Amino acid sequence: MSLTVRLVQMGLLGAGALLALFMAANAVDEVFAFHMWVFFAAAVLGLFYMARNTDFSGAQPAPKDDEYMDGVVKAGVIATVFWGVIGFTMGVYAASELAWPFLNMDYELLNFGRLRPVHTSAVIFAFGGNALIATSFYVVQRTNRTRLAFGNLAWFVFWGYQLFIVLAATGYVLGATQSREYAEPEWYVDLWLTIVWVAYFLVFFGTLIKRKVSHIYVANWFYLSFIVTIAMLHIGNNLALPVSLFGMKSYSLLSGAPDAITQWWYGHNAVGFFLTAGFLGMMYYFIPKQAQRPVYSYRLSIIHFWALIFIYIWAGPHHLHYTALPDWVQTLGMVMSVILWMPSWGGMINGLMTLSGAWDKLRTDPILRMMVIAVAFYGMSTFEGPMMAIKSVNALSHYTDWTVGHVHSGALGWVGMITMGSMYFLMPRLWNRERLYSHTLVSWHFWLATLGIVLYAASMWVSGIMQGLMWREYDDQGFLVYSFVETVEAMHPYYVIRALGGMLYLTGGLIMAYNFYMTAKGRVRASEAALAAAKA
Amino acid sequence: MAQRERDEVTGTETTGHEWDGIKELDTPLPRWWLWTFYATIIWGIGYTIAYPAWPLLNTNTKGVLETTNRLELHQELKVVQQARAEKLAQLEKLSLQEIRSNDELFQFANRMGAAAFKVNCVQCHQAGGQGAPGYPNLADDDWLWGGKLEDIHYSITHGIRYQPDTNPETRQSEMPAFGRDQILDGEQVAAVTEYVLKLSGQEHDAKKAEAGQKVYMEDAGCNACHGDNGEGNQELGGPRLNDQIWLFGGTREEIRAQIHSPKHGIMPAWKGKLDEATIKALTIYVHSLGGGVGS
Repeated sequence: MSLTVRLVQMGLLGAGALLALFMAANAVDEVFAFHMWVFFAAAVLGLFYMARNTDFSGAQPAPKDDEYMDGVVKAGVIATVFWGVIGFTMGVYAASELAWPFLNMDYELLNFGRLRPVHTSAVIFAFGGNALIATSFYVVQRTNRTRLAFGNLAWFVFWGYQLFIVLAATGYVLGATQSREYAEPEWYVDLWLTIVWVAYFLVFFGTLIKRKVSHIYVANWFYLSFIVTIAMLHIGNNLALPVSLFGMKSYSLLSGAPDAITQWWYGHNAVGFFLTAGFLGMMYYFIPKQAQRPVYSYRLSIIHFWALIFIYIWAGPHHLHYTALPDWVQTLGMVMSVILWMPSWGGMINGLMTLSGAWDKLRTDPILRMMVIAVAFYGMSTFEGPMMAIKSVNALSHYTDWTVGHVHSGALGWVGMITMGSMYFLMPRLWNRERLYSHTLVSWHFWLATLGIVLYAASMWVSGIMQGLMWREYDDQGFLVYSFVETVEAMHPYYVIRALGGMLYLTGGLIMAYNFYMTAKGRVRASEAALAAAKA
Repeated sequence: MAQRERDEVTGTETTGHEWDGIKELDTPLPRWWLWTFYATIIWGIGYTIAYPAWPLLNTNTKGVLETTNRLELHQELKVVQQARAEKLAQLEKLSLQEIRSNDELFQFANRMGAAAFKVNCVQCHQAGGQGAPGYPNLADDDWLWGGKLEDIHYSITHGIRYQPDTNPETRQSEMPAFGRDQILDGEQVAAVTEYVLKLSGQEHDAKKAEAGQKVYMEDAGCNACHGDNGEGNQELGGPRLNDQIWLFGGTREEIRAQIHSPKHGIMPAWKGKLDEATIKALTIYVHSLGGGVGS
């Protein structure tokens, strides 16, 4: 990289720092001022780091194009594990608040309404997002046999994304929210994410462009569809007018039913393109690698990819059945959700059937077991989803814990397990270790997490269906039988079981963090090393 | 293109591509998958023909069933309303006593009242009508304003101390703030507290209670509302003191505080918020909770 480029980058950081300082000085509210100081600190730290690591006497040594850029992937793996543990902890705490409300301590920063978006954003965007960015950078280089495009732009994506996470989470706790589910950050944080996301697209797409293979591997199709669609959804859903250029508050450009459907067009496609397409990209690389088997069907991958991305985008209205949303939108949302069933299952078939000839490995390889149970949960929740989108089922399930259980069998089961399996795959390879510190601990993680999901999903099925039935229970004279508070009271035991399930899942996450730390240190668990030696 | 080869385990050919060691089999689409996919598409087309679905320039296709969410809701409600219409009319027309003595109508009113109670009343009086500190228990036979059907009906209709300026029929009673307004001195308040403890059969200072009795009967005139023996007066809303049932607590300190600067609860008037049939149903339900008094 030439010195000129380096100086331009430092100039941009300096200008960013000055702009943040100016905004902070003119801020009309405390949250905005605080966030501008965070921007300022980030820019100054970046400038300081670059100044120390630049050789001002001449050109920077340019990395070779066939040398993969893995530093940023390593950082992404660490961030994934770190934010995973944070996100699971927030989930366990929020779940415990529902079971034992005194835990909010009458303290507004701990209020469930503020902690809930911290949990959802931490697991979806911090844990899931870092996993997607890290694995996409890893996969796109290897399957295209070329280094990431645009020099150190990938590092900007990484640090810019961490900054986004910090701004989002601190904003929620301090009371800054635009109240759009899974898109709570206010306008200036949205603008920042847009910049970071465009950079992410440039890095990924630029790498595809300069690939050294003729065909593009299926994993990259999924990653690319995720990056492009999320950009479109993010911008469309966050069209808002700030009250002041120096304040946090903004108002949506839309109102009423159009605003609601925009929110759920975004919300459901965040599930479809962030949590499904992105992680299918992950699955298409890491399962064949770990199983050492060819992908089951190339044709199926093409058909289900195009069917999935074409149909998913229509499914959002099923979040607004029986509302002010016009009937025809509800109908199309429901129909497309049901048609989506097979395109979703195409991914499950390709994931599971890739194991033909390698099923025996499930007995000995806990990482592969983790990936396979992820695909199983993927299949289950992509059957459950279309079913719940059917209006007569939705009439019972909507607004109940069943929805919460459905989301978590997808999130904990599919997204969490495929991510953690992939992290276990990456860890020894990125740190050049022969193997993980402990496979027994991976097995423990697997069983704790699986048991946790079973407790979570089963308790939410029971409580959700019970809640829905209680709400609509009429006596023989045609009068409602239960008051709302009676339904809340009835759910308490299931809330306790749910919190317990979350604790098991969190414990698995902590074991993973420990296993990673020991692997990075180059250690192998003594008993397993001895066992390996004895077998050899 | 690279070389296609045959996978030994499955016997299927690969596509010949390879990325970082990953190959792909050229397996055809699973038949069951493909046919299920087709079936959902065909079902989807059928559904969009039946129901409102496709957007047009100024409107949308209405569907051959010509139905909408709103229409279905109105039809369902109509069925329910028709089934209830006759009984509702009777509730409006007949007196509370007549409703109470007609078994079928009583059952209907009781269920209807229970449902209305869960929506409108449980916030203060709790799910079983057992009340809470400051909110009267409706399931016992200790009544502030009377436990006959007519009394309960009046309380629900006009409320308690509810906007008396515009609602002159509301039930009103206000105990003077004997301590705060210096009607009694501290010693007198302490003395009458002991007397109230005595009336309710609790441990008390006998000597002070004796002085307190004089305050109760003469200086403050508590007996005007609470009765000579603390039996209360439902005409005036004067609570009974010679039992162990308390609205704002029965300890020495709680009684003293209530004499010094009394708290007064407020209940909304439900007239205008609920229709007459619902108020009657609520009356029947509350009356049947266990404390209802015959006429």
